[in-house]
Amino acid sequence: MSRIEVLLCAGTACLSSGAREVKAALLEALAEESLVGEVRIVETGCMGPCELGPIMLVYPEGIHYVRVRPADVREIVTEHFLKGRPVRRLLWTGELPESKEIPFFSRQLKVVLKNCGRIDPEDIEEYIAVGGYKALAKTLIEMSPADVIEEIKRSGLRGRGGAGFPTGLKWEFVRKAEGSPKYVICNADEGDPGAFMDRAILEGDPHAVLEGMAIAAYAVGAERGYIYVRAEYPLAVQRLETAISQARRYGLLGEGILETDFSFDVEIRVGAGAFVCGEETALIASIEGRRGEPRPRPPYPAQSGLFGKPTLINNVETFANVRHIVLRGADWFSSIGTQKSKGTKVFALAGQVKNTGLVEVPMGITLRELVYDIGGGAPNGKRVKAVQIGGPSGGCLPESLFHLPVDYESLTEHGAIMGSGGIIVLDESACMVNVAKFFLEFTAEESCGKCTPCRVGTRIMLGILERISRGEGTEEDLERLEELGHMVKDASLCGLGQTAPNPVLSSLRYFREEFLAHIRDKSCPAGVCPDLVHYVVVPELCRACDRCRQVCPTGAAQGTPGNPPYRIELSACINCGACFDACPFGAIERRPGRKER
Amino acid sequence: MMEKLELISKYPRSREYLLLILHELQRANPRNYLTPEDLRLAADYLNLPLSAVHDTVTFYTMFSLRPRGKHIIRLCDSPPCHLAGSWSLLSALKRELGIEVGETTPDGLFTLELTSCLGVCGVAPAMMVDDEVYGNLTEERLREILDSYREGR
Repeated sequence: MSRIEVLLCAGTACLSSGAREVKAALLEALAEESLVGEVRIVETGCMGPCELGPIMLVYPEGIHYVRVRPADVREIVTEHFLKGRPVRRLLWTGELPESKEIPFFSRQLKVVLKNCGRIDPEDIEEYIAVGGYKALAKTLIEMSPADVIEEIKRSGLRGRGGAGFPTGLKWEFVRKAEGSPKYVICNADEGDPGAFMDRAILEGDPHAVLEGMAIAAYAVGAERGYIYVRAEYPLAVQRLETAISQARRYGLLGEGILETDFSFDVEIRVGAGAFVCGEETALIASIEGRRGEPRPRPPYPAQSGLFGKPTLINNVETFANVRHIVLRGADWFSSIGTQKSKGTKVFALAGQVKNTGLVEVPMGITLRELVYDIGGGAPNGKRVKAVQIGGPSGGCLPESLFHLPVDYESLTEHGAIMGSGGIIVLDESACMVNVAKFFLEFTAEESCGKCTPCRVGTRIMLGILERISRGEGTEEDLERLEELGHMVKDASLCGLGQTAPNPVLSSLRYFREEFLAHIRDKSCPAGVCPDLVHYVVVPELCRACDRCRQVCPTGAAQGTPGNPPYRIELSACINCGACFDACPFGAIERRPGRKER
Repeated sequence: MMEKLELISKYPRSREYLLLILHELQRANPRNYLTPEDLRLAADYLNLPLSAVHDTVTFYTMFSLRPRGKHIIRLCDSPPCHLAGSWSLLSALKRELGIEVGETTPDGLFTLELTSCLGVCGVAPAMMVDDEVYGNLTEERLREILDSYREGR
């Protein structure tokens, strides 16, 4: 039995900030101090606060070390592990005992993410030790398929991928659909910019997804399942492969699971960089080895899906909820959340917010709690201006609506959507025209081109937005944007086009003044749109270091080294911002408003 | 070609394995792309018309019909990374490599591409080199990373 247990976050985010090097340094230090037998290292999935990575959680104390670098490890080993004195400067809270009330954690309710960051995702025994596959056993031994569907229906679980369709109902449709064989698909083509909960679940607790799929397969009468993962997630693919082969070895996938006559097996399919494949009919086409283009519905996949057979498609987080409902009951699940949105939801906080990362909260929590209490507000004392919620299908909600509860209905009503749960926090330095343009650029680029409203409509809307951001827009353009937006929404073939205008329409709804500033005053109030700002040298700050002159491509930045201040000749300036980026003293200021030529 | 056939022979001869086969063939090519022979092989193996394979290949951004570098750099261009300054990193990458997006360095070592969200927004800005993800990027870190690949050559 080891004296100390070190949980080292090995999610992609922590690996990308150096967790692997930290582990190597740790192993080395432990070997040198002859502590190898006394300290157990567990590589876990995502712990949540990605921006503080690499993160290390040390038991028995249960304290977090954050932003650990390989050079810090020796001190942790000699001071903490040998002498019992935790290294204060690396602690999250900076003091001991570590506050149980780290708001980032204390406001969360972890159901789906319970095992993430707590168990080794590559070891099925750790999953089983914390109750894994118990729900599958209960389902197969104690419940009929109809019982399972009834339980899921009663729980009020709705799809976590975006649209929020009642999960139990979907299962019932597939169960009752005629045709065989039937298939179960897990949609792990998480593509919304800013959403990464599915990646974290797949990397941190892959068996929970497999277990949810197996229970679903039993309920709908399927024997074969697919997990469609995007190719941008190689670590998730690798951990799933490990999990599947372990589950097969333990008889939890394959023929005659748990000695019953139920058989079910899962295969992984890897995407190849097409956002639209997250749409269910496009995803099915992609699994079939075709272009990932959507097709009109009906027929819905529940009637005619993969290979024309009845198919159940649910999202990763939806499947990960299933085992908890089976074990703890529909009543428990439906006691969490709001009247129509039950359970918890995982959100990915990103953008201009202090605590970025993954958080799981009860449905119905307000945006304010999410952004301020958990997220800590904007960094550097700036003011939060809006949140972009729901990715390219969602919308921008202003700070004045932060009292809204986060549930499917309230968000939709106000022009955003729950979507997959990505929340990008925008502070006062963000330009809403630019944000709207950015999301539309994304959808225009990712439009598969099959239907005209989406393919052409998004392009025209983008053209208008580009004009506005250059200061060439007119007020009629705003009406045209709205008209086109509604047209694209109404007439597009699939979810991509039907929601693509949302970021633009919601920005117009809540930030019209900002659009008008671009149009009437030829000014970008946030100082973002390059054609609607100008650069000046602040004489008091200039040290005449000559950096601006060196990087300036047009000779607009002028001056003599050692002889401040420098100046920018606006008639030659092309607003590239190179001097602004290069100045080591912050002496170049970007000001709203077009330069006077 | 025999070696390549061996590589894909673990897959059943059914169209649903086309994407996996294409990934496999592309990975096996040191220049990270699919040759006309690769497409022919996949088509013959799955008993599909060549046009069907071509049709599928051209839909997905991760498949390339042109030679690329030994390492593919994919800079994340989604809003969280954008807000965190991926834009200036892109100029740094272009400067450092001397190429534009979609191009390959003359020594054949790197191809520069943009990607949609890598799902590591908590450590934005981020990029992927082959299968490895790098977060919290700065220009300095960028140079270190590129150097490590240059040395590993």
